[in-house]
Amino acid sequence: MSDTIIRVKNLGKKYLISHQEEGKYRYKTLRDIVTGSLRSLGKNLLPAKQEKKLPLNREEFWALNDVSFEINQGEAIGVIGRNGAGKSTLLKLLSRITEPSRGQIAVRGRVASLLEVGTGFHPELTGRENIYLNGAILGMGRLEIKKKFDEIVAFAEIERFLDTPVKRYSSGMYVRLAFAVAAHLEPEILIVDEVLAVGDAAFQKKCLGKMGDVATKEGRTVLFVSHSMQAIAQLTQRSILLYKGNVQFDGKTDQAVRLYIAGQKDESEPQGYYQAPSNKNGNHVAWAKVHTSEGDGVHCWGRAIAFEFALSITQPHESLWFSFQVISALQQPISIFWFYDPEAAFRREPGTFIVRCEIPKLRLYMGSYTLTTWFSERRSETMLENLRNICQFEVVMHEIERPEYQWQADECTYLEDAFWQSAEKIG
Amino acid sequence: MKSQDISGQAELIIEAGRAEKEYWKDLWRYRELFYFLAWRDILVRYKQTIIGIAWALIRPFLTMVVFTFVFGKLAKLPSEGAPYPILVFAAMLPWQFFSNSLSECSNSLISNANLISKVYFPRLIVPVSAVVVSFVDFMISGIILIGLMAWYDFVPGWRILTLPLFIVIAFFAATGAGLWFAALNVEYRDFRYIVPFTVQFGLYISPVGFSSSIVPEQWRLLYALNPMVGVIDGFRWAILGGESTIYLPGLALSVALVIFLQITGIWYFRRMERTFADVI
Repeated sequence: MSDTIIRVKNLGKKYLISHQEEGKYRYKTLRDIVTGSLRSLGKNLLPAKQEKKLPLNREEFWALNDVSFEINQGEAIGVIGRNGAGKSTLLKLLSRITEPSRGQIAVRGRVASLLEVGTGFHPELTGRENIYLNGAILGMGRLEIKKKFDEIVAFAEIERFLDTPVKRYSSGMYVRLAFAVAAHLEPEILIVDEVLAVGDAAFQKKCLGKMGDVATKEGRTVLFVSHSMQAIAQLTQRSILLYKGNVQFDGKTDQAVRLYIAGQKDESEPQGYYQAPSNKNGNHVAWAKVHTSEGDGVHCWGRAIAFEFALSITQPHESLWFSFQVISALQQPISIFWFYDPEAAFRREPGTFIVRCEIPKLRLYMGSYTLTTWFSERRSETMLENLRNICQFEVVMHEIERPEYQWQADECTYLEDAFWQSAEKIG
Repeated sequence: MKSQDISGQAELIIEAGRAEKEYWKDLWRYRELFYFLAWRDILVRYKQTIIGIAWALIRPFLTMVVFTFVFGKLAKLPSEGAPYPILVFAAMLPWQFFSNSLSECSNSLISNANLISKVYFPRLIVPVSAVVVSFVDFMISGIILIGLMAWYDFVPGWRILTLPLFIVIAFFAATGAGLWFAALNVEYRDFRYIVPFTVQFGLYISPVGFSSSIVPEQWRLLYALNPMVGVIDGFRWAILGGESTIYLPGLALSVALVIFLQITGIWYFRRMERTFADVI
C-alpha cells in the first residue's frame, strides 16, 4: 500500500508571546486592553516615530516552521525531538485542535488523537459512564462503544469497579481505563502523544503491544510521539526528528534516534569528559575521558570501552592509589576499578601522567552512568581527591535486538553473555 | 492485514483561515457528543445529593413563593386576572431557563478547557449542550406550573398552543447571548464576573415578579430592548390567556434582537473558535 494518507506542506504555526514588563497577568483582562489601546491611541496622536509592526512587548514565535512530509497508509511514524521542538504543536495541528498559520495539511480518513490519557474523564462519573463519555469525546458513536464495551473493560481490568465513581479509583486504575478506551478507537489515523509514560511496567508493556497491533495487524496509520527511544524504536520503522520547529531528519528510526541522542548531548556540558578547574593544585585528576563506542558519551552495549585519566602530580609518593567506580543513575556503585603498579612513574616524579583502563566488553545494561574517582595516599590514609558524578555516559541497546519484547529500563544492571540449550523432552 | 478502502474517501484540507464547510458536517457527525456532554452535566449535577433531581423543583418553587409574597401580597401589583403565583411562575420559567443557560453557557468553554486543548470537535457543541442542560431543568420545573394550575383550577385557553414558539425564542435568546459570552470569556476572563452580575440585574429589569403592563405605555418599546421582555410577555400571554395582552411592536423588537444576537453570536464564536485552543 503506498497511498498517501497525510500530506503536509510548508506547515507553520506562529504564536505571539508577550513579555510583560511589570505585573504579570495570567489572562488578558479588559483593563489591559483599555489601557493598551489608550496607550496606542496616545502614540497615534503624538507625532509618529518609527513604524513598528508589533508592540514592543510582543514577539512572534514560530513553534513550527516550514515542515513538510508525507505519510502513507499503514505506516507507523515516530515523531521525536527535544522539549519545545514542535512535536506537540505538530500533533495539535494534525488533529485540528488548532489551526496552522501557514501551509497546508491534507488528510484522508478519520483522525483520532490521543494527546492525553483520560481527556474528558469526569471524576464524579462511574467507570461505565466515563467509558461512554470518553468514547464519544474521542469520536466513537454510541453503538460502537456498546459493541466494544466488554473488550474495553477487560483490557482495563476494572470489572469490579465499573459502577464506582472514578474519583475513588487508584491512579493506576484510572490510567488503565483511560488507555483502554483510547486503544479501542478505530480511526484510519491514530495520533498518540507520550501516553505510554503511565501505569506500571506490565501495563506499559500491554499498551505498547496494543499500539504495535494497531499499526501492524490492523493496517492503520499511527503517529507516535515519545521521549522513550525504546518505544519509538520498537513501534516504528520511520521517524521524523524535529528540531526547533523544523524537520531535522526524516527517515529510518534507528538513524533518527541516534541523531536525537547525539543532538541531546551537545547542549549540555561535554559528555564523557571531565576537566579540572585551572586553579586546582596538589595531586589531582587533571582530566578524565570516557572513550565510548559511538562518541559523544553514547556507548553500545557489548562494545569495548576505555577510561582515561590524567593524573597531575606535584608531590610524588610511593603509596599513591587511584581507583574509580561506575555509578548508575540511581547513584548505586556498579563496579570498581583500581590502579596498582608499584613501578608507576608518578610514584617517583612529578608531572602529568595518563592512566588508561580498557574494558574489552562492557556488559552494563542500558541507562545513564557516571564515574566517581578516588585518589588517595594509602600510607597516611589521606584522601587527596574524590570526584563525583563526572563523565556521564549513556549505554544504549542499539545493536542487539530482542524479538517481540523491547528493552525496558531497569530490567537489570548488567547483561551477561549466555548460551541456551533447548531442553529435551523428558516426559 | 485488514485493508481499508480509503481511496474513495474525500480529502480533508487543513489550512490557515480556510472557511470550513466541513464544520457543519462535523457538527452533525459529532451529534452524539452533543448528547453525551449534556448527559454528563445532568448526571454530575445531582451526584452525591440526597434529594437529587428534586432540587430542580425546590429552587424555582421557593423563588416563586417569595416573589408572590413580595410583589403580590406586599406591593399588591395587578395580576392580569390570574392567580398571582401562576403569573409569577409563567415568567419564572423562561427567566430561569434564560439565566441558567446564560451562566452555564458562558462558563462552558472554560470548564471544558481540558477537552478543548486536547481533542478536536466542533466547539459549538459545548455551549449549546450547556443550554440543553438548562432546558431539561426548564422542563422539570414546568411540572410545578402544571401543579399550580391544578391547585388553582386554572384551565389555559387555546393560546397555550403557541407556547413552543416562545420557548424557541427563549432558546435562541439564551444561545445567542451565551455564545457571545462564552467566546469572550475564553479571552477575557472579566466575563466571569460580568455574567453573574448581568443575570442578577436582569431579574429586576425583566418583568418576572410583576406584569409588564405596569410599565408606562411610552416606555414599552424601550423596555422591549431587553429581549427577555418579549419572551416573558409571550409566555404570560400564552399561559394566562384571558385579560393578558401582548404588546406586538415590543415582541417584534425582541424577536429581531434575538435573531440578531443569534446570528452575530454564531459569527463571533466561529471567528474566535480557531484560537480557542491557543488562548484558553
